[in-house]
Amino acid sequence: MSDPNLIAMAEAPAGSGRPRSLAGDAWHDLRRNKIFWASSVLVLVVLLMALAPSLFTSADPAACALSNKHKGPAGGALFGYDFQGCDVFARTVHGTRNSIEVGFLSTLLAGVIGLCFGLAAGYYGGAVDAVLSRGIDIVLGIPFLLGAVVFSGRLSAGEGDDGVTAVTLTLGLLAWTSAARVMRSSVVSAKSQDYVAAARMLGAGPLRLMFRHILPNSIAPFIVVLTLMLGANIAAEATLSYLGVGLKGEAISWGVQIADAQGQARVAAGPLVWPSVFLAATVLAFIMLGDAVRDAFDPKLR
Amino acid sequence: MFRYIVRRLLQMILTFFGATFVVFALMFANQDDPIQALAGEKPVSASLRAALTERYHLDEGFLSQYWYYMSNLLTGDLGVTLTGRDISALLAEAWPRTLQLSLMAIVLAAVLAVTAGVWSAIRRGGALDNGILAFTLLLLAMPIVVLAPVAQLVFGMELGWFPATASREISFYTLMLPAIVLATTVVATQLRVTRTSVVENLRADYVRTARAKGLTPRRVTWVHVLRNSLIPVITLIGVDLGTLMSGALVTEEVFNIPGVGFNLARGIRNEDGPLVVGFVSILVIVFLVVNLIVDLLYAALDPRIRYE
Amino acid sequence: MTDIQASMDVLPGLDPRAPLLQINDLHVEFRTRDGVAKAVNGASFRLSPGETLAILGESGCGKSVTAQAIMGILESPPGHITRGEVRYRGVDLLKLPEHERRKVRANKIAMIFQDALSALNPVYTVGFQLAELFRAHRGMSRADAKNRAIGLLDQVRIPAARARINDYPHQFSGGMRQRVMIAMALALDPEVLIADEPTTALDVTVQAQIMSLLAELQRQRNMGLILITHDMGVVADVADRISVMYAGRVIEEAPVYDIYARPAHPYTRALLESIPRLDLKGHQLTAIRGLPPVLTDIPSGCAFNPRCRYAKDPCLQDPPPPAYAIAPHRTARCHFFREVLGE
Ligand SMILES: Nc1ncnc2c1ncn2[C@@H]1O[C@H](COP(=O)(O)OP(=O)(O)O)[C@@H](O)[C@H]1O
Ligand code: SF4
Ligand SMILES: [Mg+2]
Repeated sequence: MSDPNLIAMAEAPAGSGRPRSLAGDAWHDLRRNKIFWASSVLVLVVLLMALAPSLFTSADPAACALSNKHKGPAGGALFGYDFQGCDVFARTVHGTRNSIEVGFLSTLLAGVIGLCFGLAAGYYGGAVDAVLSRGIDIVLGIPFLLGAVVFSGRLSAGEGDDGVTAVTLTLGLLAWTSAARVMRSSVVSAKSQDYVAAARMLGAGPLRLMFRHILPNSIAPFIVVLTLMLGANIAAEATLSYLGVGLKGEAISWGVQIADAQGQARVAAGPLVWPSVFLAATVLAFIMLGDAVRDAFDPKLR
Repeated sequence: MFRYIVRRLLQMILTFFGATFVVFALMFANQDDPIQALAGEKPVSASLRAALTERYHLDEGFLSQYWYYMSNLLTGDLGVTLTGRDISALLAEAWPRTLQLSLMAIVLAAVLAVTAGVWSAIRRGGALDNGILAFTLLLLAMPIVVLAPVAQLVFGMELGWFPATASREISFYTLMLPAIVLATTVVATQLRVTRTSVVENLRADYVRTARAKGLTPRRVTWVHVLRNSLIPVITLIGVDLGTLMSGALVTEEVFNIPGVGFNLARGIRNEDGPLVVGFVSILVIVFLVVNLIVDLLYAALDPRIRYE
Repeated sequence: MTDIQASMDVLPGLDPRAPLLQINDLHVEFRTRDGVAKAVNGASFRLSPGETLAILGESGCGKSVTAQAIMGILESPPGHITRGEVRYRGVDLLKLPEHERRKVRANKIAMIFQDALSALNPVYTVGFQLAELFRAHRGMSRADAKNRAIGLLDQVRIPAARARINDYPHQFSGGMRQRVMIAMALALDPEVLIADEPTTALDVTVQAQIMSLLAELQRQRNMGLILITHDMGVVADVADRISVMYAGRVIEEAPVYDIYARPAHPYTRALLESIPRLDLKGHQLTAIRGLPPVLTDIPSGCAFNPRCRYAKDPCLQDPPPPAYAIAPHRTARCHFFREVLGE
């Protein structure tokens, strides 16, 4: 046994290699996950489309000519024209921004509410937890879209409002419960870990404990929930707009496009199909991204 | 069991008042002019104003408004729409259709989710499993506003496999396509939860015991594993009902099924506040009651809870 | 006797005069993402009616995997039986088609698991789980099966059996649960019972009760009993013979008295020295130095060589030591067994 390689091999623990942190492990897995890359690219394209629609189309989505009604694809109008003679491609591309904006902002709002509720309930436990958990139950007692239908109408400022603020607030105020629950349970389990007990004994205050020790170890499932929620909120915005209580007026939105095109789908399928495809692809991208991240953090479910 | 039921009942009563209060508050509170809010952007005549004020006791204190709203709701008095139709009568006419539609969707989704979920779990990692998972992903990505109109276009109009609308006669056949569309809103989640749960249970020690007893694989899976795996799936039913309700809103609108969702969607479009408030309040109650039943069912399936 | 019973007796090649159970050169490996774990590497032993064979070894040495391979309930994938025979009355069970194999389970060879709480299905009553055996294997009616189940609970001395039949596993105490497991294993009068660490999860006093119950039932029925354990103290009173396993091999096999008196393998010897003994109070316990081998990378030659104080050059060379017959009914896989025996 004089071969140094042999000795090194014998000494290396099973499945050798430097021990990695959970996040490091997850990243290692993610990097090799094709679905992660595919969904990331899709998400980036959608984001780019939302930020700079003119990169994708030079046509003005509001420049419609009834003479073009239901015309097929021609020139710049890749997807043809809708019943008002608007360029479907241009409208679909420009509709991205509203969907993404509503999706991101409402998810952000839900995330902040969920974070506060979940952290407080999980960290303090006892009576605080009981009260906050009942609060979560109450919001969960209202079916998501039904609540949204009622609230969105109430919140909008009336004449001339494009509904973006109202929809964002509505979705944010109703969607946070899942984030709060996930945060709560991971805080509860993180709290019982030895290192937190140790930090507490060393005199770390509640805020420091929460943000330095508990939060970093509870954040992964929370982020996964938010990613999935983003997809769901984008879909919900489209549904509200479809029902007439979402974006309205001059606002361009995939949901509005679908609602407008549905009656004439027999005559011209393009105006219905294309916004549907964009919507589904966007939702799909966020779901796949969330799934991939979750799998990376929770390998036992594979 | 008894203590569990009592505890769940108390929690549900709390949730019930909380949720109805939130709905109510958002409807009427915080509005400069609640009457105008009820009527949308339409001009409100003096007589309508008086009728609405009386109906919702808008001249009284906030809590007594809530009190009247609740007692009306619980006695089945939902008032009249802005166009003067009796809301309770509308609801009575509409609900059997929605019930039929949603029952069809629920059965369809449950059967599909459980069978495919179990298969997928047994053959996990295989082609069938991956195919099924990819399919659920696709379904998850299709919001009902995409699926309903596109399904109607493709299967109802272009291919003509199903009637494209169901307005005239409501039958098993005319409701088939809408029911499939509605089922897709819940089937993917149910399937994935079933699969995960079966995968976890297949590794459980009691499965080894069942096999050591010389039971057939079929019996091990469908008797021993399934019963355990269904516990988390059952809890989904409560959440799913909410999804189905919102789904019905779009599905009934698209397929012209004059049910609860159809009427509600109309009410929303016509900005008929009393109708929307009435319908949504009833749906919230149904939702809460079903969730309570699900909790009890959960206890029935899992003896560890029953004998807590 | 029902049809199933009748068809059991015509198992192809069944020979009533052949040994009750004979395991030959059994190899089991687990193919996982981290490599191939060789859990069992040529285990061999034999069991006669009325005999108690203890299988002893450190945790992870392949005892449970051997038992599962005999039962045919290995999780596969990742588990694969790559070589060997499991002969019941001369029939190699590994060659039987699955539907024949299934009839052997519980009917001829039954098994008890370590943790009865997780080994029983939490959502069915113990009555259901017992009666299920009679219904599935004997085609009995619900009522008959239930009566048989009550009788079984009586036999394992569960008080108020008739009432408890409708209880769920979590409503029993640990000892009572293990009695339910025993009842379940004995339901169809098997000829072989494999008990995989039946008392490890229990309190010491309950352990003794369960062991004496097992011993008594075995005597009554003249069953062959394979008692798997990692605790040498447990087996001394009940076992007739002991097979000591290390890294998936039986490294020593001997009548129980001989092993305690004169171990022939350094590993057995080390195990014996590591049990606390009342007559040697105050003496230092000798734990075995080093760790059991990583199953994906078992040392060549004698697997015990890195930990062995007798190890010499031949111990590092493949093939591993053969099973030296050191006395009638005694074997040991050590090149230097004479030295260990102190001859
Ligand atoms: N399902 C499995 N998957 C992978 N490896 C396994 C599995 N079951 C057992 N093993 C491997 O087999 C070895 C022996 O396990 P086991 O027979 O349970 O040990 P024990 O002797 O303690 O009963 C373990 O160390 C483990 O590496
Ligand atoms: S063969 Fe060698 S290493 Fe193995 S037990 Fe015997 S002396 Fe020790
Ligand atoms: Mg074991």
